[in-house]
Amino acid sequence: MFETLSKSLKTGIVTTGYPDTPAEVSQHARGKPQVDWAGWKDARPAAAVCPTAAIELRDESGVRTATLDLGKCIYCGLCADADPAIRMTHERALAACSRQNLRQTARYRLNADGTQQQLLAAPAAPDATPESLETVGRQLRERIQAVLGRSLHIREVDAGSCNGCEVEIHGLNSPVYDIERFGIHFVASPRHADMLLVTGPVTRNMELALRKTYDATPDPRLVVAVGACGCSGGLFGRNYATCGTVDAVIPVDLYIPGCPPHPLVILEGLLRLLGQLKERR
Amino acid sequence: MNRSDVSSELQPILDEVTGRFEGRIESWLAPRLNEVYFHARMELVSGFCAHLFRKWGGRLVSVFADDARAGAGVFHLYYVMALDAAHGFFILRVPVPPETPEFLSLTDAMPAVNWQEREIQDLFGLKLLNHPNPRRCALHDDWPEVYPLRKDFDLRTVLPPFQGVRHKFRTVEGEGVFQVPVGPVHAGIIEPGHFLFSVAGEPVLYLQLRMFYVHKGTEKLFESIPIPHGVRLAESISGDSSFAHATAFCHAVERAAGVEPPPRARALRTVCLELERLYNHIADVGAICTDVAFVTANMHAMRLKERILRVNEQLTGNRLLRGMACVGGVRFDFNANQLHDLRQLVNELEREFKDLIQLTSSNSGLLDRLEGTGVLTPKVARDLGVVGIAGRASGFDHDLRRDFPHAFYDQVQFTVPVFTDGDVQCRFDVRRDEVIQSFAILRQTMEKLPAGPLAVPVGEVPPDRVALGYVEGWRGEIFHWIHTAPGNRLARCKVKDPSLQNWPALCEAILGNIIPDFPVVNKSFNLSYSGTDR
Repeated sequence: MFETLSKSLKTGIVTTGYPDTPAEVSQHARGKPQVDWAGWKDARPAAAVCPTAAIELRDESGVRTATLDLGKCIYCGLCADADPAIRMTHERALAACSRQNLRQTARYRLNADGTQQQLLAAPAAPDATPESLETVGRQLRERIQAVLGRSLHIREVDAGSCNGCEVEIHGLNSPVYDIERFGIHFVASPRHADMLLVTGPVTRNMELALRKTYDATPDPRLVVAVGACGCSGGLFGRNYATCGTVDAVIPVDLYIPGCPPHPLVILEGLLRLLGQLKERR
Repeated sequence: MNRSDVSSELQPILDEVTGRFEGRIESWLAPRLNEVYFHARMELVSGFCAHLFRKWGGRLVSVFADDARAGAGVFHLYYVMALDAAHGFFILRVPVPPETPEFLSLTDAMPAVNWQEREIQDLFGLKLLNHPNPRRCALHDDWPEVYPLRKDFDLRTVLPPFQGVRHKFRTVEGEGVFQVPVGPVHAGIIEPGHFLFSVAGEPVLYLQLRMFYVHKGTEKLFESIPIPHGVRLAESISGDSSFAHATAFCHAVERAAGVEPPPRARALRTVCLELERLYNHIADVGAICTDVAFVTANMHAMRLKERILRVNEQLTGNRLLRGMACVGGVRFDFNANQLHDLRQLVNELEREFKDLIQLTSSNSGLLDRLEGTGVLTPKVARDLGVVGIAGRASGFDHDLRRDFPHAFYDQVQFTVPVFTDGDVQCRFDVRRDEVIQSFAILRQTMEKLPAGPLAVPVGEVPPDRVALGYVEGWRGEIFHWIHTAPGNRLARCKVKDPSLQNWPALCEAILGNIIPDFPVVNKSFNLSYSGTDR
């Protein structure tokens, strides 16, 4: 007993200062890809090496529509290796309330050889769209806080994940991220939960269990799709064994991209959704 | 056509086997020094495997099918025997004609292949003959009659939502006997599967499993994507073994292409494999403590795990080491600062882990709960072909790092801890000792870190080659077997995660234990559902 206490005291506090201090970002981390939209000469090589079709191209009558979908991206950085106009930043992709807010779309006039001649329309800044996370979050917050106060109980549902997302969700319970300091608690039953945290492309074999879990969660309830698979199907997409995305099965309130998302990204998304982040700042 | 270039250790076995089965082995081929293929008819399978087992200590490590109807006009079944002492693989290939899609079961003699044979039946529609329990395994009972791994089945087929019965469980009856169903959605943050406990009072009489809830068509998906994309898919077979699976896949491709990654790449692979082992082993040591209510130890373990994940990110850009693997080598080098961080990590972990183990070994409540709990006897472990941590806790003295040195493991000294009591404590001890060995492996690798390129270029891999890739992941041995197709693609990728092999052992280890001990017994195996179900 003395040893246990002594070790704990010697170790001291290991919990991150976030959100009172900025999130720690490793200078070696591979985060969001950044595209030099105006200088992008040819999107095809990057699209070809992308394993999840997160860079999607549509060519129509001399105009190319190029979409970068952070909900599909697994942040492998292969596009940046193939294309000088793309750079991997250290910045983490953040959660969004709609799939649309994870997409950036630009249009180009094409040359005859298929290269891009001129940028016709640059991607809209995500925050300018009306459905921003804060707006939806505010509405939800009013609804939820009326019922729940500040505490939030989460039921995690693995609906076909590779267990990578589970590794990071587990991390939220570690003393380093210590999610319980925000009154957020992982519970054993959907009947005790206010929120479902769902991972995986929803396998055909988990579809019914996910629906039942959703039905067993009392209203008002929130659903968060975690990871590239949950948001977009990721590497798996839709096939004979999968439904493709969480929102193909139940309505989703928040999308947290990443493969897997960093615990701080999950935490940030949850806190923003609950409006706790601004209050603390 | 015969090719006789095999390793000097395999040569006498090859001579004996070809002599013994003369006339019955149609041909043999050694595409690599330690990988020999024998072509024969189905009738030879049981005699061939039994002979290698009895005379040469062979282990049947993987059984799978390949739909070769387009090229060869038949399905092929492959039986992979590992000859650990001779450091080689003998692989028997037998045809199954499409007009009589049946094959003979080996399960009665070798229970270790039970699930694998049933998976072939489910996914290829080849009927099992003489199997003691030929029920569905990979597909849930009321799935429609589809055979997803046949070539004429389209990956993107849209099936109606599942309805009906998933598994007809055996009934267990008697006075005071009742059933406790658990899952697929579990109480903790873990993967889905269904457990049905039959109990009399508290002790478990019988445990039945319904797995494959997270089957997501991974092997079929490999056939639809270019080989380089396959590396990323391999990273998502089991997230906690991202690097091990990706490396096993790359190993298979490299062997098919006939290239060898440069020394520096092999060393960096070893570093990453050991980092993966460390963060999982340390997390498991903590989680086992949690499951017997010693939460403080787990808090320290989680803190150490987080420390490793951050170093993973420093080294490879990703906390789970994703994006690091590539065919031909590795993608990222470690500079002097990164290596310094790694050295510091090893020193710090060594100190902290010693403290952690001190906390656990001085806690008599913990020992009470771990010793004698969830016993898997060496005999049962051997019969079920249990591998990896669980195997080594039950007398299985095998480790691919030592017996089939891959990556940089032939350049470093380490020991393989083996225990024989087979209880939770032994599985805990295997992890504890392997963590300590990992420190030694990492130190030696950094000391000997060769200079030079990170990868050899691997162009398009020629079609119709077959190769076995293997890696000792933290959980146990991982095999990826590939059959290449034109256009740098795959006709087949068979993924064998150790979890598939070890699940049936959990059902044995829990017998006679009480349900409240199930979490800790389960955690001591810590098998991957996703790796099993794919």
